Amino acid sequence: MTDTAWIDAALTSARPQAVGALLRYFRDLDTAEEAFQNASLRALKSWPQNGPPRDPAAWLIMVGRNVAIDDIRRSRKQQPLPEDDAISDLDDAEEEIAERLDGSHYRDDILRLLFICCHPDLPATQQIALALRIVSGLTVKQIARAFLVTEAAMEQRITRAKASVAKADVPFETPGAVERSERLSSVAAMIYLIFNEGYSASGDTAELRAPLSEEAIRLARLLLRLFQGEPEIMGLMALLLLQHARAAARFDADGALVLLDDQDRSLWNQNMIAEGLALIDKAMRHRRSGPYQIQAAIAALHARAAKPEDTDWTQIDLLYGALEVMQPSPVVTLNRSVAVSKARGAEAALAMIEPLGERLSNYFHYFGVRGAYLMQLGRNEEARVAFDRAIALANTSAEAAHIRMHLDRLMRDSQQQAGKATK
Amino acid sequence: MLYAILCYHDEDVVGSWSREQDAAVMEKLAVVQDKLVKQGRLGPVARLLPTTAATTLRKENPPVVIDGPYAETKEQLLGFYLVDCNNLDDALGVARKLGEANPGGAYEIRPVGVFMPGSAKGSTEGSVKA
Repeated sequence: MTDTAWIDAALTSARPQAVGALLRYFRDLDTAEEAFQNASLRALKSWPQNGPPRDPAAWLIMVGRNVAIDDIRRSRKQQPLPEDDAISDLDDAEEEIAERLDGSHYRDDILRLLFICCHPDLPATQQIALALRIVSGLTVKQIARAFLVTEAAMEQRITRAKASVAKADVPFETPGAVERSERLSSVAAMIYLIFNEGYSASGDTAELRAPLSEEAIRLARLLLRLFQGEPEIMGLMALLLLQHARAAARFDADGALVLLDDQDRSLWNQNMIAEGLALIDKAMRHRRSGPYQIQAAIAALHARAAKPEDTDWTQIDLLYGALEVMQPSPVVTLNRSVAVSKARGAEAALAMIEPLGERLSNYFHYFGVRGAYLMQLGRNEEARVAFDRAIALANTSAEAAHIRMHLDRLMRDSQQQAGKATK
Repeated sequence: MLYAILCYHDEDVVGSWSREQDAAVMEKLAVVQDKLVKQGRLGPVARLLPTTAATTLRKENPPVVIDGPYAETKEQLLGFYLVDCNNLDDALGVARKLGEANPGGAYEIRPVGVFMPGSAKGSTEGSVKA
C-alpha cells in the first residue's frame, strides 16, 4: 500500500459513523457531508505528520464539527478562523467525545443515516444513489459510471433525492425497539437492492457495476457489526457472500452469462463461501427463520455441491416452499419450479408455473423457463413460441443470446427429425 | 522457544482493501513466511474470518452463547502465527518483518506455554445442513 492508502482506508471505514454523528448534530445532510469533507481534508494534512489518531471516527467528528461551527460563525460575524494547530491538538477532546458517544449511540447514528436513504418517497434508483453517495462516500462520477448515466444526470438524481429527504421528517430521537427493527428491515432491503444492481448486470456493464455488489457487502457487514444478534442480517450477509462468491465464474470471456450448471466451480471464491456458511450456521441457531436466511440456505446448497449433479434439489424445493409461505410471489414460485423440474421432472414443474402465466405475462424468465420445460417434454412447437416471447422480453443482449441458443437447438432437432423422416 | 504472534488490526480497514490490495499484502507476507518455513521455524498460521462470523460462549452456569466476538475492541484479533525463535529480540525481529509486509495495527508477541500440534486436516469449509 502507498503512504496515503491507509488514510483513504481509514476515512472510508470511519465515514458512516462520522457522517451519522455529524448528521445528528447538524440535522442537515449537506452540512454533515461538508463537515466530513473538511475534516477529511485536514486528516490528509495532519495524519501523515502526527500518525493516525487512536479513534479516527471520533477525530473526524470532532474536527468536522468544529470546522462547521466555525464556518457558521464566520459567515455570521466574519470572525477569524483558529489556527490549524489548535484544532489538530485533539488528545483530550477525543477522549471526551469518545466517552460521550457510546457504542449504542453510534449504532443508531449509522442506522439513521442508512434509513434516511430508503425513505419510501424515494424511488429505488434514488435510494441506491443516495446511499452510495452519503454512506459509502463514492463520488458522483463513480456512481454515474455504475448506473451508466452521465455525471450531470446522476448529480441531479442525488440532488433531487436529498431535497425529498430534507422535506421528509426524519426522527432524530433514539428509536424504540419496534421502530429500530422496522428501520433495520428497510435498510436490509435497500442493501439487497444495491447488491442486485451489481449482480444482475452482464456483458459490458458487468465490470462497471461489480463494485456495487462489493459495496453492498461492505454495508451489510457494517449493519451486522451493529446488530450482531439479528439472524436475518446474518442471513442477508450470507446470501450476498454466497452469491458474490460465484462472480468470477458467472461470465465467459465474451461477457455472456454462464448458467449455474455450466460454471467452472473451481473459480468460486471459497473464502466467501466459508464465511457465508459460517453465518447461516450462526443464524439457524436462533430458530427465527426469515426470507434472507432461506435464500441464503438455498445459495448454500448450490455452493456446497462440488458438481451440478450433487445439488440437493429436493431440499431446495422444500426451502422455496417455505419462502413461498413467507413471501408469496409468482417469481418465487417460478424459481421453485426449477428445483421441482430437477427433483420431480419437467411435467410437475410446468404444472406448477401454468397458473402464473397471467401475472408474469411480461416477465422474460417466465417464458425462458417455460420454453425449457416444454422442450424437455418434446413439445417443440410450444417451446418455440415461448422462446420467441422470451427474446422479445429480454432485458439484456446476454439474455437474448442465451434463449437463441435454445432456439438453435430446437431448430437442429427438428431438422434432424425431418432428415430422419425423409430417409 | 515457540512464540505466538497475534495480529490485531481494524477489520473495517482490512475489509475495505480491494482484492488487489489484499492479494498484494498476502504476497508480501508469503515471502517472509517462506523464509521462516525454509529455516524450519514456522508453525501453524491462521487468518480468521471477520468478527461478524464469531460466536462467544460465556462459561457461566449454564453457559451463555452470544453472537459476536469476545471483546468489542477498536482493533480485532484477525489471525496469528506460531514461530520458533531464540528469544524475544528474535521474535520482535520476525514481527517487524511481517509488519513491513503488512503495515497498520499491532502484533502481540506471547511466548507459548504448551503446544500441541493436533491433527486437524485444515479444511475451512463449513458443515451446514440447511
